[in-house]
Amino acid sequence: MVKHVVQVPLAAGEDLMIQKNSIGSGPKRLCVVTGTHGDELEGQYVAWRLNRLLQSKLSHLHGQVDIYPALNPLGISTMTRGMPLSELDMNRTFPGSSQGPMSDYIAAKLMEDLAGADLCIDIHASNIFLREIPQVRINVNTADTLVPLAKYLNMDFIWIHEAATVLESTLAHSLNAIGTPTLVVEMGIGMRITRSYGDQLLTGILSILSHLGMWDLPVMPVAPPIISSDGAVSFINAQVPGLFFPSTDHKTHVEEGQELGVIADPLTGQIRQTIHSPASGLLFTLREYPVVYEGSLIARILGGSL
Amino acid sequence: MRENILFSLDTPYRQSLLVKGWYFGNPEQKSLAVMGAMRGDEVQQMYICAQLIQALAKLEQEGALSARCGILVIPCANQASMNVGRRFWAADNTDINRMFPGYGEGETTQRIAQRIFSALQGYQYGIHVTSLYVPGRSLPHVRIMETGYDHPEEANDFGLPYTILRKPHPYDTTTLNYNWQIWDTQAFSLYSEETTEVDPISARQAVDAVLRFLAGKGLCRPVAGAGEVTRIFHEEELHNVLATTGGLLIQRLALGAHAAAGDLLADVLNPFTGAVVEHLRTQVDGRVFFIHRSHLINGHDVAYRILPEQG
Repeated sequence: MVKHVVQVPLAAGEDLMIQKNSIGSGPKRLCVVTGTHGDELEGQYVAWRLNRLLQSKLSHLHGQVDIYPALNPLGISTMTRGMPLSELDMNRTFPGSSQGPMSDYIAAKLMEDLAGADLCIDIHASNIFLREIPQVRINVNTADTLVPLAKYLNMDFIWIHEAATVLESTLAHSLNAIGTPTLVVEMGIGMRITRSYGDQLLTGILSILSHLGMWDLPVMPVAPPIISSDGAVSFINAQVPGLFFPSTDHKTHVEEGQELGVIADPLTGQIRQTIHSPASGLLFTLREYPVVYEGSLIARILGGSL
Repeated sequence: MRENILFSLDTPYRQSLLVKGWYFGNPEQKSLAVMGAMRGDEVQQMYICAQLIQALAKLEQEGALSARCGILVIPCANQASMNVGRRFWAADNTDINRMFPGYGEGETTQRIAQRIFSALQGYQYGIHVTSLYVPGRSLPHVRIMETGYDHPEEANDFGLPYTILRKPHPYDTTTLNYNWQIWDTQAFSLYSEETTEVDPISARQAVDAVLRFLAGKGLCRPVAGAGEVTRIFHEEELHNVLATTGGLLIQRLALGAHAAAGDLLADVLNPFTGAVVEHLRTQVDGRVFFIHRSHLINGHDVAYRILPEQG
């Protein structure tokens, strides 16, 4: 059943509406949220497929699955990453306040609706610049609780990252802080849909539903993910501006010193920088958008001591 | 007056971003650093710094700066966005003022923040001439982040009528103001009425406030008059008046006006028929401190903020 979670009147003859589809019933509840950043579409495919699958096999679902395809409907409908008008990053507005301005009010109402779920899965899709392998990102402070759950999600990689104060205003942090376990999935790239990644996550969602006792059909086995902390991740940033042309494929193993690509100057024909891998390991992030500035992230390698 | 290129950043297809600083007074002293526009729409903030440069050059020439006075003014660090009409960093829409203290090996705006922060290090006082994140106009004021290292009484020397103390939210921890304080600079954010347009009157107020501050610290001969006694208050004391419905906002009381409890502040009209759908009234006696900028208003937008009378 489609429900309105938040409804806010806009200035000129329209309401902002955040909707969810509630499927099934029972004491247990899994929430799948996506579309916080309006330029991230990977979760749309997952929401669509999960909707169809659960509705077609409803008798095997024991509990309630709430699917929220668009937490930021104005952003997603206008190809805008943040919240249009204010340009706020919606994922820096939580937990919000029901007495506060519009962004705070929306955040508070979402928190109210999501609080108490047995698990929340918050699907992101990198941004328009970088392609990511399917991964779960977990704050080190919540790793003990969340890593065992994340292993069911069928993602390639679990990245346990250091805590940062600025991240305390994310949806995931705010929900975890009130005892609603929330896993953040990052996969693919902004403004595109990688259906194979979506299918992979779908398998993981069924697996975790089964683990939670909410699904009684057999599920496909999930591969154990690589689990790593910040220490094993190498960052490669552009040192000069230009056009980045990769010479390796995403999601491949690279050797230390191997060429990853060049930054080229289309005006002079020169190569301004040849980029080599600083470590041996998995190329799990690779720049997709060619124009780079000094500092633009080019790649991340998962290697070294895991 | 000495003009220096503080740092540059090469960009694709365009000239390098050159961030310049203007130094005044004793080169051996680091008394005050003033940071201007870091967002591409902060035209008023750049103008205030430019006017300050004019004033300081004159004072320096007249010998009005003390021997222990050394000042740096950076009017703009983001002309790359300003010149293309973008508020945030034009390539990836990130806000430089959410990247402090910066990271020299990180993403582009982290690197810019790190280079700005490096240039601003070691000063006793720091003033960030900045703009509100939410779209609106407020009375000129100084804002101080409560980090535990703050000294609100220092703000008296600005001679502005209001000083706001703000409890940092998580996202504030990556602003210049917050990090300046953590790194031992007494930091103040200076807010003017305008952002995207030049308002010479409130710009003059801001320049005078900085000159008074310098005089109050014994760094400059008094030139800007005594100013006002500042009222220091916590941000939570402001009463928000929110629209409950969307429509056209027709303001009935102007910024700075006094309002008695129950007074009409604005009407919200049905945008298509003109019918009044909501009267916005204040619940407290006070002064109009903030006004929503646009005539279009959404439900739950803050239309007004009222500063209650003292006592």
